[in-house]
Amino acid sequence: MQGSIDLSIWQLTAAYIFILLLILIVRLKGIPREKEILISSLRMTIQLVLVGYILAYVFEHSHPFYALVITAIMLIFSIYNIFNRTKSPLSPEIKKIIALSMTLGILVSLIYFVLVVLQVSPWYEPRYVIPIAGMIIGNSMTGISLGVKTLVEGMTTHKQLVEAALILGATPKMASKQIVNNAFDAAMLPTINSMVGMGIVFLPGMMTGQILGGASPVVAIEYQIAVMLGIVGSVSLTVLLFVQLGYKTFFNSRCQIKS
Amino acid sequence: MAHMFTLRGLKYKEILDIVELDIHEHRITCIVGESGSGKTTLLRLLNHLISCDEGEIWFQNTPLSKWDPVELRRKVMMLSQMPAIFEGTVRDNLLIGFKFCEKPPVEDGQLLDVLKIVRLPKDLSQDSNSLSGGEKQRLAMARVLLLGPQVFLLDEPSSALDEETTQFVMEQLVHHVKRLNKTMIMVTHSRAVVQAFAEHVVEIKKGKIVTREG
Ligand SMILES: Nc1ncnc2c1ncn2[C@@H]1O[C@H](COP(=O)(O)OP(=O)(O)O)[C@@H](O)[C@H]1O
Ligand SMILES: [Mg+2]
Repeated sequence: MQGSIDLSIWQLTAAYIFILLLILIVRLKGIPREKEILISSLRMTIQLVLVGYILAYVFEHSHPFYALVITAIMLIFSIYNIFNRTKSPLSPEIKKIIALSMTLGILVSLIYFVLVVLQVSPWYEPRYVIPIAGMIIGNSMTGISLGVKTLVEGMTTHKQLVEAALILGATPKMASKQIVNNAFDAAMLPTINSMVGMGIVFLPGMMTGQILGGASPVVAIEYQIAVMLGIVGSVSLTVLLFVQLGYKTFFNSRCQIKS
Repeated sequence: MAHMFTLRGLKYKEILDIVELDIHEHRITCIVGESGSGKTTLLRLLNHLISCDEGEIWFQNTPLSKWDPVELRRKVMMLSQMPAIFEGTVRDNLLIGFKFCEKPPVEDGQLLDVLKIVRLPKDLSQDSNSLSGGEKQRLAMARVLLLGPQVFLLDEPSSALDEETTQFVMEQLVHHVKRLNKTMIMVTHSRAVVQAFAEHVVEIKKGKIVTREG
């Protein structure tokens, strides 16, 4: 098996020169985006360098505390990211539901995945737990963000239809069924699409990383299948929890639409 | 005669202020008043779509707060001023109420009979989006009739209909309600409708009841 290539500082500089050339072209074309590209490239570099050092430290000093704290930080960050990404205002109740669904759905998936599927030993081995937690959390975050958007917008724009159903004797659950289903579909779509295109349209990030890092493609694929199933499971679980609990926040205990 | 609804000391925001009002069983009550006087708000309160800030409403001698709201709305059904039509055919729209009320659906024959009552001679498989405003109103009326609640709350049911259709549909509706011994509470702007059918008239002005006859 071929070993991984350790990039030299000159090789990284060459990658930067490529970006600088691109910025030059963008600028010559008069598209005012060169600042954004530059700043986000620098930001990415700094973030990754920092993360690289932190992970290097954590991998050397394997301890349950590190796995738990880093997973918790990623989870909290992802929940705030969902709040900030959603343009429509979110009620305190729905924010609680988002936090609850993310936490519960991700913990259940992660524990099952680490203990039953991959049988990581010891269970807290940060080399496995942290990247897997990262992928599960990241995909669930994208899913729930879309679910939140579709649910909140659906409840606002179709308020008339929800009320029409209530006055025809529907329970809040029946009245919001269509909107809840739409939200679930919207949330699952990116994950389902990425499964369909997997391996043909693109090679997923983790697999690319492993192959570049020197692993055999067959081993990389085995891991990728397992991780992909973990992601689908976790996205489904978090989104399901969210929509099943989330629609309720639009009604009060008297089955009225909250104004 | 027994009271269907009893209202005492009712206040809703700055919109309604009703000291007392009794609505009788098996009667046709018409609610009249200028636009913006609070008629729709009153029907929404009776249907428990909104709750009053002060006072109490009793339905069949039980306060609304003690009723299960969904069960209440299946007994006291409202037809909105501008009823929403769901995506799908005329048949889908007529049957959706059975799903919401968790009742077994009925045969096409019964659907066609009800369409005759509201004078809507349409094909059951026609797309309901192709109907005009007045036709949609009658479709929604047929939908409520099919479910047969004890009390019909109708909010300006003839506002999008011409005089001749109004006369026909109202006659059919009243006949239907009387035959089945139901109660009807109807907001209307039509003097002709009030004169022909009202057994009890409630007039509202700026949220207060000014006259009660019948
Ligand atoms: N949800 C609401 N919030 C605040 N004011 C409302 C609301 N609904 C209606 N109103 C106001 O209450 C008054 C009575 O409205 P409504 O009951 O619809 O009158 P009507 O049916 O007699 O025309 C109007 O001034 C209206 O603007
Ligand atoms: Mg009105």
